[in-house]
Amino acid sequence: MDLRFGDSKPTDEERAAVDALLGPPESAWEAPAGEWVDRSDADLRWARGGRAARDRRDQLLPGLHAINDRVGWISEGALAYLCRRLTVPPAEAYGVATFYSMFSMRPRPSAVLHVCTDLACAGASGGLPDVPGVHVEESPCLGMCERAPAALLVRAGASASATPLAPFRGLAPDPAPRSPEGLEHAEAGQAVPQLGSPDLVLLRRIGTVDPASLDDYRAHGGYAALRRAFALGPAGVIREVTDAGLVGRGGAAFPTGRKWQATAAQPDGPHYLVCNADESEPGTFKDRVVMEGDPYALVESMTIAAYATGAHHGYLYLRGEYPTALARMSHAIEQARARGLLGDDILGQGFSFDIEIRRGAGAYICGEETALFQSIEGYRGEPRSKPPFPVEKGLFGKPTAANNVETLVNVLPILTLGAPAYAAVGTGRSTGPKLFCVSGAVERPGVYELPFGATLGDLLALAGTPNPLRAILLGGAAGGFVRPDELDIPLTFEGTREAGTTLGSGVVMTFDDTLPLPRILLRIAQFFREESCGQCVPCRVGTVRQQEALERIAAREGIAADDDIALLREVGRTMRDASICGLGQTAWNAIESAIDRLGAYAS
Amino acid sequence: MTAVELGIPRRLLEFTIDGESVRAPEGSTILDACRAAGKDVPTLCQGDTLTPKNACRVCVVEVEGSRTLVPACSRKAEPGMEVRTDTERARHSRKVVIELLASSVDLSTTPRIEEWIAEYDAKPDRFGPDAERLGEEPRVDNDLYVRDYDKCILCYKCVDACGDQWQNTFAIAVAGRGFDARIAVEHDAPLTDSACVYCGNCVEVCPTGALSFKSEFDMRAAGTWNEAAQTETTTVCAYCGVGCNLTLHVQDNEIVKVTSPHDNPVTHGNLCIKGRFGYQHVQNRD
Repeated sequence: MDLRFGDSKPTDEERAAVDALLGPPESAWEAPAGEWVDRSDADLRWARGGRAARDRRDQLLPGLHAINDRVGWISEGALAYLCRRLTVPPAEAYGVATFYSMFSMRPRPSAVLHVCTDLACAGASGGLPDVPGVHVEESPCLGMCERAPAALLVRAGASASATPLAPFRGLAPDPAPRSPEGLEHAEAGQAVPQLGSPDLVLLRRIGTVDPASLDDYRAHGGYAALRRAFALGPAGVIREVTDAGLVGRGGAAFPTGRKWQATAAQPDGPHYLVCNADESEPGTFKDRVVMEGDPYALVESMTIAAYATGAHHGYLYLRGEYPTALARMSHAIEQARARGLLGDDILGQGFSFDIEIRRGAGAYICGEETALFQSIEGYRGEPRSKPPFPVEKGLFGKPTAANNVETLVNVLPILTLGAPAYAAVGTGRSTGPKLFCVSGAVERPGVYELPFGATLGDLLALAGTPNPLRAILLGGAAGGFVRPDELDIPLTFEGTREAGTTLGSGVVMTFDDTLPLPRILLRIAQFFREESCGQCVPCRVGTVRQQEALERIAAREGIAADDDIALLREVGRTMRDASICGLGQTAWNAIESAIDRLGAYAS
Repeated sequence: MTAVELGIPRRLLEFTIDGESVRAPEGSTILDACRAAGKDVPTLCQGDTLTPKNACRVCVVEVEGSRTLVPACSRKAEPGMEVRTDTERARHSRKVVIELLASSVDLSTTPRIEEWIAEYDAKPDRFGPDAERLGEEPRVDNDLYVRDYDKCILCYKCVDACGDQWQNTFAIAVAGRGFDARIAVEHDAPLTDSACVYCGNCVEVCPTGALSFKSEFDMRAAGTWNEAAQTETTTVCAYCGVGCNLTLHVQDNEIVKVTSPHDNPVTHGNLCIKGRFGYQHVQNRD
């Protein structure tokens, strides 16, 4: 590679931000452009390079965050310096930086307010506020749907901060930053309306345990599952998880035991564990509540998963819009490391494992597992073709087990209760407890835990349904609508499939008649258009044509809308059949279900 | 190199295409096998010298047991696979993909697209007059080649050719995302401010004419470009001793552009700035 970095220089602040992440330059060749006079004789005979330098490519996203956090945007000089330090071609780094919505390549005020305009917040918000000195922009779902409307205030500077504001009722001209550590730990419990119920398994500690205290976690039964895992051995853990019938909770419902077994059996190494905490599906916030309220549970379950799959390094890919979860998880990982629960010799068992947190920067597509790998590796978050599957060639091309937060924390009750007791909960093919994110027009929005098999009506009875109930969206923007008279649908993977809909990630969003259906559909179409990575044609252009057709028929119905609905069907079918990944394949689901099930646009 | 490259002896896989039993060497793609069997599967982003990116999705086929259609260009053939290339479902997707492409970019210089539009009965106009298009002006910022992103289908071939697959210059990448994604150098600067070394290998692989020789661009603008009147002569580059093959495209006794044969085992269609663009001395009449 013969890279050209240009001659734009970083400011001292930008350079400091990069150096704080990567350390000072080892050679003057890595120093900012134009400072060649500093090169010593040794520099003229030696330059750091080759594989050792290029292998740091995965520091690109953290580097972009470092600059954006310090300055608020990424200048040419800052990007060039980061590229020089990492030997990344500037054109590629520019491509990566422009991929994420939380980065700016143009100067902007150091305070940015991201105002959620997605489904749950659209009904509750009063539009974009105008605040002097603050850059205000629309944001896709911020994952605080239970406290809609939501906003996120991001302040750049030496002590950068991100403050969730929900419910958001406007902003004082100069709002004081609120540190995430300063939040009352009971706050996570506010998202759990069933707080205190003895039936809770996955949520039982949230709101009662101190998320900052490892001792408190242990006093509430923490680390019993890991001890049992060590007693069983890796193969024993996989057998328990398989026997328990655990399937992935992210929406794909793939058997977790089979995934772990396939990863563990790969001769290639090293193996990686990836926890997908890029929870960007509109209406989904359960992983955030778990990470904020019970962070050690995720640390423990990641350790167990790593032990079972033979991984010694785990990545927690956390979406950039979750500052509180980031603070809680960072603290929990540090504490676990300090107490020998992460690191070289966990619990004296000779097993070594550590967790690295990677912060996303605003891209729904990075929740797709292969796009997530690309993002960690320092490339654009574009999905890869499968096969090969991640268990064979995943992160850095190595065998990788990727699971989301909810799937992983289910491993704890499997090991503490035992597979038979766990499998006895739920139905034959959907075993165990399930988390549901209930939001929209309900009395008590929040995360609910019910055993698989409860019906939609059971869940909504707990949450308090609105009157009139117009529609229910299952599974988020990638899911589908059902009618208010379909409340007897069992909330299981097979039950929703039989009813011609999907459970997806467990979103249950209700709508009364205050928000017109065409507006909701338009917002969903806009979401997919904005979140398409742009790699494949059916999704890149199809999502645009879908939005255009919905705009055309927003005010029409009956015969007048027929030709555009026919067009939507043709484009939708192609997106579903021919897109590379799940984003394009599901971008038409909710709209199709609204037309077919709810009779949207029918006269 | 549309034929399957043989290389070292490989096991033959047996599977079916459209019900007919076929055999293909292990490692070949469905597209390789389809072409060997005489099936015409359209492709745009697939390049004979590049690893397919399977981004355009016009080569999708049906594979028994697969929930979605699969891109023939990059899916490896497996024993016992049942491939169907001409089903209603595959044809529907190809038709709509061609419509989506043709409604968003200018395909006027894309080879064979008219033929496919006719074959699949594609109607790019049916998204209405307000359908969003790229609508960008050509970027003429150097004397060697022109970037006309209004014709770009984002096939990633130029990125791959400039990057680790051939040139290792990494001057261009995809920037932005979704419909706003574009091929760009850093900070979307003019080419002259970028790392570009003007090898023109990106022009060589561009399937739509979004990247074109300045000579071709100017002649098209003047209405004097006439491919039918051109002759092609393959010769050896005289600049150095490597021995790269050049194909000179000559119209009215003037060299109008230089390409390189992709099946040449030395260069696989790649050249350097001198071989690709340094031909003026040949036609200096003074």
